[in-house]
This record gives sequence, C-alpha cells and structure tokens, in this order.
Amino acid sequence: MLLFVESHWETNVASTAPPLVGGSTTVLPQPRAGAEPLSRLAAEDLDTLLMIRHFELALLELFSQGLLHGTTHTCLGQEYIPVALYALLDEGDHVFSNHRGHGHYLARFRDPHGLLAEIMGREGAVCNGVGGSQHILRDRYLSTGVQGESLPVAAGVALHLRRTEPGRIAVVHVGDGTWGEGAVYEALNMAQLWGLPLLVVVENNRIAQSTPTEQQMAGTIQARAAAFGIRHHHVTSHDVAVVRRELSGLVDDVRTRHQPLVVEFSTNRVGPHSKGDDSRPAEVMRHAAEHDWYRRYEAQHPEQFAVADRNQRQAIAEVVREVQARPASRWEHS
Amino acid sequence: MTRPERVIGNLNRALHALLDDDPRAYVIGEDVADPYGGAFKATRGLSDRHPERVISSPISEGGIVGVAAGLALTGNHPVVEMMFSDFAALAFDQLLNFASKSVSMYGRTVPMSMVVRCPTGGNRGYGPTHSQSLQKHFIGIPALSLHEMSPFHDNADVLTAMLSSEQPCMLFEDKTLYARTMHQGGIVDDLFRYELLDDPSRTARVFPVDCADPDWIILAPGGLTERAVAAMRTLLLEEEVTCELLVPSRLHPFTVEPLLETLSRARRICVAEDSAAGGTWGEMLAQQLHQHLWHRLAQPVLLLSARPSVIPTAAHLEHTVLLQAPALRRALTEASQ
Repeated sequence: MLLFVESHWETNVASTAPPLVGGSTTVLPQPRAGAEPLSRLAAEDLDTLLMIRHFELALLELFSQGLLHGTTHTCLGQEYIPVALYALLDEGDHVFSNHRGHGHYLARFRDPHGLLAEIMGREGAVCNGVGGSQHILRDRYLSTGVQGESLPVAAGVALHLRRTEPGRIAVVHVGDGTWGEGAVYEALNMAQLWGLPLLVVVENNRIAQSTPTEQQMAGTIQARAAAFGIRHHHVTSHDVAVVRRELSGLVDDVRTRHQPLVVEFSTNRVGPHSKGDDSRPAEVMRHAAEHDWYRRYEAQHPEQFAVADRNQRQAIAEVVREVQARPASRWEHS
Repeated sequence: MTRPERVIGNLNRALHALLDDDPRAYVIGEDVADPYGGAFKATRGLSDRHPERVISSPISEGGIVGVAAGLALTGNHPVVEMMFSDFAALAFDQLLNFASKSVSMYGRTVPMSMVVRCPTGGNRGYGPTHSQSLQKHFIGIPALSLHEMSPFHDNADVLTAMLSSEQPCMLFEDKTLYARTMHQGGIVDDLFRYELLDDPSRTARVFPVDCADPDWIILAPGGLTERAVAAMRTLLLEEEVTCELLVPSRLHPFTVEPLLETLSRARRICVAEDSAAGGTWGEMLAQQLHQHLWHRLAQPVLLLSARPSVIPTAAHLEHTVLLQAPALRRALTEASQ
C-alpha cells in the first residue's frame, strides 16, 4: 500500500502535476531524483554538505551513547537545501528555521562548535544552552519549535524589511507536515495581500514525524499556494548547482517585486524523525537511502568525495571531542 | 476647567501620539482603518494620518500577533487590537510560545516591545464569547505583562510604560469604561479623591475625602472602578463603613510589598475582579496578602469574582453572573459584621 502511494506521489508531483492557476512555473516532466547526475561542486559547498552530514551522524551517535540530553531532529538527506539556497542570500536576509534546523544553522554560519555546544549545554553555546537544538537566535537567524508559528512572525519581519530595507527578504523553512497548521494560511494570506518579500521553503520529505504526507494532507501544496495567488515553484533536483540556477531569478523576484514565493523541495528524510523513532517500512527507507545525495555523490565523484568526506568526518570528530570537554554553559537570567 | 475627556478619547489620543512621535510604532487589527476606526473607535483617525503603519488586517488574531512579534523582533513597537479580548485565545500560541519566550529563550535578553490591546469584560450584553475577562489565563507567563485600563491612568503613559518594558504586554480595556470620563486633578467625586502611587504597578489609590485608617481596602482592576466606587459610596453614606480602593495599572507581575504600608492601614482587605472564579488574579493577590499581612488582618482576604459560569446575554441574567455594585456592597457589609 505504501509503495503504491509512494509511486503515485512520484508520478503525480514529479511529472504530471497539472499547471494550476497562479501556481508553479515549473511543471515540466522532471527526471526522477534518483537517476539525476549530480554536478561536481566547489570544495566549499561539498565541505558544508559533509559538515552537516557528519554533524548529524555524530549527534545520533552521541544520543546512542547516552551523552545527549533531550531530543534532536536531524536533517539527514536534506542538507543540500540550505547549502544550495543560502548562496542566494546575504547576511541582511532573515532566516527562520524550524525544529529540523541544524543544517540551516551550519549552512549559514559554518559553526559546528557553537551548535554542538548549544545542544550539549557547554561553554560557547550560541544561546548559552537555553534554546538547545530547536531554539536558536544568532544575528538574523532564528529557529523555534512550534510548527507554523514562525510564518506570521516572518511575515512581520518581511513587513519591516519592505519598509526599511527594501531588497532584503525573510526566508522561512517549513515541512510538509507544517501545512496542517492554520498559522500557515493566515501568514500566506497576509503576505500576498500586503506584498511581502517572504520566501517559504517547504522541505517536503513526505513524512510528518511518523505520518506519511498522503495521510495528513488533502490536495497539494502547489494548489494551496495557488489559492492565495502565490507563486509556487517545485524543486525536484537534489543537485546544489541546479537548484541554485533554478531559484536564482525567483529569489530575485521576491526581493525586487515584493511578492511572496513558495518553493517546494521534494526531498528525502534519510534518518529518523528524532532519534531511533522511524517506523517507516523497509521499502520506503530503502527508497530514501537510494536517493540520498550522499551516496550518489560518492558514486559519481569518488575521488573528490573520499578526501572531503574523510576530512569532514575527522573535523566533526574533533569538534565533538573538543566541545564535550568544555565546562557547562552558564546562563545569567533575571 | 477643561472639559472631561472620555476614556475612549484618551486612548485614541494616546495612539495618535504614539504614531506621531514614534516612527517605529504600528497599529494593527481587524477593521482598525478609517473611516470605521475599530469596533470601539479606539483607532479612529489613525490610518488617515499614518496609512503605512496602521494596518487593517484579515480576521487572523494569531497571525497578526505573530506579525507584531516579527515587527518587535526587528526593533519596532507594534500595538495590536484584538476586536474582543475573547479572541486573544486565538493568539495564545504566539503570546505564550513565541513573543514572551523570545525575550529569554535564546540565552540572552531579546527586546520584544509589543502591546496586545484587549477590549474586555461584560455588562454590555454581548454574550458568552464576547464578554469574558480572560486576564487569569495570561497570568504567570514569564516575560508577559498584563495591564488594565482605568479612568485614573493616562493611556499615553501606560502605552509608554508598556513599550519601554521591552517585553510583550497585554492591555485589558473594560468595554464599559470607554464611554466614561477620565478622572482628573485627584478628584473622583464629591466624596472621594485619588492619587497615583509610585509602586511598580503604578497603583491608583482612591480614598474618602476625610478618612484616617479605612475599615476596608479593596483591590480591583480598572474595569471595576465604577462599581467599586458606587459600593464604597453607599457603604460610607448608609453604614459609615470607610473603604479605600487600589487600582493597579499593571496587574501582572504584581507584588504587594511596595503597598504594604498602605495596606496595613486596614484590617480588612477585599480583592474584586471580573474573571470567572477559580485560578484568578485575585487568588494570586490573596495569597501574597496572606503571606505578608496574616497577623494583622481581622479575617482572610475577601475574594469576589464573577461566578464560574458562562456569561449570559440577557441583561438580567448577565447581572447574576458578573459582580455588580450592590453585590459588592452586600458582601462587604456581611463580612464587616
């Protein structure tokens, strides 16, 4: 049953989604992501991708050893989204991240020490260990843990930007599951009505915690955006260079035309929702693994990958050793 | 002598002054733009003068409080109008989990200057979902302050105090107050005077013209002022029972310590409020008062709330649920025996 649903989804979204009014500009047939060749990346991009991957793997390992307190949500399989996207942003743009935000933070700041210290409650933590994995504020980057809540907030920031810093945008990351929240629609409505420079990035990994998207979402994200007259763009590629090329002009439009945009990535959650809580059938997991950019990049660019992968694995291992040895973070609160 | 100003006029003037003087101020709410000027006309004239910063929004209470939080996050001073305070329930997540949390959950203090205005309370026949006093549901949220409008506190001062606290604030505005007049010059009426104390809650003290130590001190939010003064008047004239009234501008956080000298002058204390009984502001105050004044009090704090009931629409039924002046007076008389 799930396999059927899966293939139905591939067919429906990737190749034959009807062009809805006011909606997507890209509904041309796309190759299946799994068959897609991945461009050779600049060292910096590959390093960031691998930094995120090894950071997340290290977290799961630390959890399995009982060395982390609380919970975490890794972005395994989705690392390429912020790495591709943030090259199109500058530091004046606001980014709103969500519960699955480590990749967003690392792609923006390349600061595994500060993030791990935050998650482990060690000295040097970005938010002194108060926020933890899903509540981080640094410069114009903010994450928070309640689904959909940050969309109206990002709309408010976009309202501010439009008036005082035209040309800058607010970017907000959501998942497919987030579309169950009413706050999403209130924000989309205001963003379109008020012409706000708001970029909604949907990381559609087809699973909301344990619930397949087909069981929690009627209709499509594309049609929901269209209902507000908001432009929607569907990204099926997992190739950092392709994604950037596809989005560059669209993001510019958000900046210059002051209009919201929904970009929906078809992506894969390769890991569990948080830690060891994946109840998906083996076939689904296998599908996600087969489409994982990590394996595919390794297969297609073995020499470049091997060196970079080893370096990042070692670098993160060193981060873990170093941060773990730090004293506990301190919080001066009134 | 200048003509007395109505409370709604004072509030409207305060919002005008805010937008005129503070380029980072916004006013957002449903139907707030001219010519309508808000359901209770608090925002009349604002959008004509400041079209860019006075925004009539869709019916999206959670959304607009979120927008305000985004504006606050970027250094602005938004004021949001809930058309009826009952609808603040729809914005609870934004207030609880985002706006107030953001002040401290990122490990350092993040200024979040924003005000959510809440036209509140009953006695106008609006029925169960448009008449509530929901203050109690917002009490005790770290970094969320609750204020209440009164005929003693100039709304421009109150707005300034709220916005300079750099924390999200709610301003509860009893709807029956809008049509009343502001008290000026320390005079309430022929029998009572008032002064503003300098405690952190900016408490107004209402006292009989000639009175040493009162028999009772009543603590009440601004919305109860008129009913409390009416009860105090009857008690004074008909029973020679003397009462003072304390009306704090800030309901929460609220500490009685700075008021202990004032409160120690009476051996009986009453807390009156419009919230439905159970888990209320008054209970919180009573606990604090007992802690500090237990040995001085002739009896436990008398707590008077609305009945724990829905608020009926028909006037004769509504009056049985909400605290009225005669009931307040009766309760004080009985407790004085």
